[in-house]
Amino acid sequence: MTQLPARPGLGFKPEHFSQIACDPDLGFFEIHAENYMGAGGPPHAMLTALRADFGISLHGVGLSIGGPGRLDTAHLARLRALVDRYQPESFSEHLAWSSHGEAYLNDLLPLPYTDETLRIVCDHVDEVQEALGRRMLLETPSTYVLFETSTIPETEFLRAIAQRTGCGLLLDVNNVFVSATNHRTDARAYLAEFPFDQVGEIHLGGHAVEELPSGPLLIDSHGAPVADPVWTLFDEVIARTGPLPSLIEWDNDVPDYPVLLDEARRAARILRAHAPQAERTHVCA
Amino acid sequence: MSIISKTLPLTASLATALTLVAAQAAHAEGEMEKCYGVSMAGQNDCAAGPGTTCAGTATKDYQGNAWKYVPAGTCATIKTPHGMGSLEPVKM
Amino acid sequence: MSAHEAFAQSFRRGIFDGELPQGVTARDPAEAAQRFAVYRNNVLHSLGRALAARFPVIERLVGADFFNAMARVYVEADPPNSPVLFAWGEGFAEFLEGFPPVAALPYLPDVARLEYARGQAYHAADLPALAPADLGALAARADAIRLVLHPSVTLIASGHAIRAIWAANQPGAAPQEIEDRPETALVLRDRKLDVPVWALGPGEAAFARELLGQAPLIRAAEAAATAEPGFDVGPILFRLFAAGAIIGWEDCTC
Repeated sequence: MTQLPARPGLGFKPEHFSQIACDPDLGFFEIHAENYMGAGGPPHAMLTALRADFGISLHGVGLSIGGPGRLDTAHLARLRALVDRYQPESFSEHLAWSSHGEAYLNDLLPLPYTDETLRIVCDHVDEVQEALGRRMLLETPSTYVLFETSTIPETEFLRAIAQRTGCGLLLDVNNVFVSATNHRTDARAYLAEFPFDQVGEIHLGGHAVEELPSGPLLIDSHGAPVADPVWTLFDEVIARTGPLPSLIEWDNDVPDYPVLLDEARRAARILRAHAPQAERTHVCA
Repeated sequence: MSIISKTLPLTASLATALTLVAAQAAHAEGEMEKCYGVSMAGQNDCAAGPGTTCAGTATKDYQGNAWKYVPAGTCATIKTPHGMGSLEPVKM
Repeated sequence: MSAHEAFAQSFRRGIFDGELPQGVTARDPAEAAQRFAVYRNNVLHSLGRALAARFPVIERLVGADFFNAMARVYVEADPPNSPVLFAWGEGFAEFLEGFPPVAALPYLPDVARLEYARGQAYHAADLPALAPADLGALAARADAIRLVLHPSVTLIASGHAIRAIWAANQPGAAPQEIEDRPETALVLRDRKLDVPVWALGPGEAAFARELLGQAPLIRAAEAAATAEPGFDVGPILFRLFAAGAIIGWEDCTC
């Protein structure tokens, strides 16, 4: 199985479809798996065309890996069908939960980090990797609250999941910044503890700022350019890891395609600056 | 043939229709540009909403006269036998 | 019950009733409720937006403020039961039928059915249309076949002017005064992958209904002639065929 190229990627937005062209600064597109679970029609027509020219990162938003119940086996089967059909270079999901009982709540909800939830998440990751027949990446969350019951630091929690299940990690640098700001901790201290050797992909997105009595509350809105402090953190991460597939996420108030491409070029400059030697630019056919 | 006699003209006209449609369609055939219906595209994403921290979300008490919203869209342009649609708070 | 299950139950309850779930805190615990409100808003707002994406004409008819408030009631009454959001909303029409604040807009449920059908058509399976030559070859056996329609084809018979209302509320269309009257709408996905809505006359509607019910072609033509004396099946047959809606045929003993 090939890997995602260590270049920038963009979240695919159907309204940009007609403008997408091969570009040395663009290695892959990420798609939200749930939007391609219909039988046919335009989503599959577009994805088939996209797949011919670009790497594809299949990104699930609805598996509820951090939830207490059993994983939805029908949903796993739908994911498996997508994996079989499009052979994406990567599959990723979130350290979060989104379903409870029969209800799907459509948000990436947080969970306490305890021995119990560690066991549950590991069981779920095992089940996903078995069902899909491949290694998955688990994404770092952005959070707005803390839990009295949490006993394990997030970096340790993620490291343990990767060790026990063999999964990789998707490091969302914006999420790290958002959570650290929200909980009045230090993003660099978090990154200093992060298991970088397990990171298979980076996410970069924009956030919104609200004010609380104690200071700012950042919202992971994916509705703005990547903020400058997040670019700085990204640069520091890549200096340590070397170039990695790095996604620009923009899901709300989606801008014109050239604006997204500009963000990708900014990421490309940072990736190139830390490439061991001038990498051959690969342009899709 | 199981058809009864009165459907014979219908069968004949159907046969004619099929022939004509096939001929017309063959003539009209050509590659049409695909229209991807983008307005109906994806609905799942990973974005947080406007994230407002003011929790004014309790709107479920629509019983009685408490429902403070009234339909205020284009429904006012549709004439039903009972008038142009409610623009007043409901009374139950 | 496991601790995590108890946590998730209380968190989910809190999203809808606003009560702070057990164990939720913050660096400054006094801010916990405000911070938890972000999740409440995310769930209700994102599901409301997903519903609006599926029912844009309903949103336009009642206005955005009303729609958002109504969506919150609907989300709690009939939340999605799968992460595949485009499949959500089948129960919205029925919800509208029983929602007193829209009782004065009796056409809403059928407009919602039409919009839901369009969403299903958009995602329906890709099946190749019958070739013209194959259709022409059927002329010799017109009385002994049934036609197979594309799975995107749906018929909605309504006591209201749902096609006219839908068309007048498309992006860019200027709202115009519409006289309510019965209409039958046909939804399908065409060869361009567009999802148009056709208004059918009585003969066309009878013909399409019989074809969808897998009646023999000759019976469908009979039903059309009964519904509309002198009806010529040619134009609707051509329209369906040109759109790619006729995907096969079967022999039948009729």
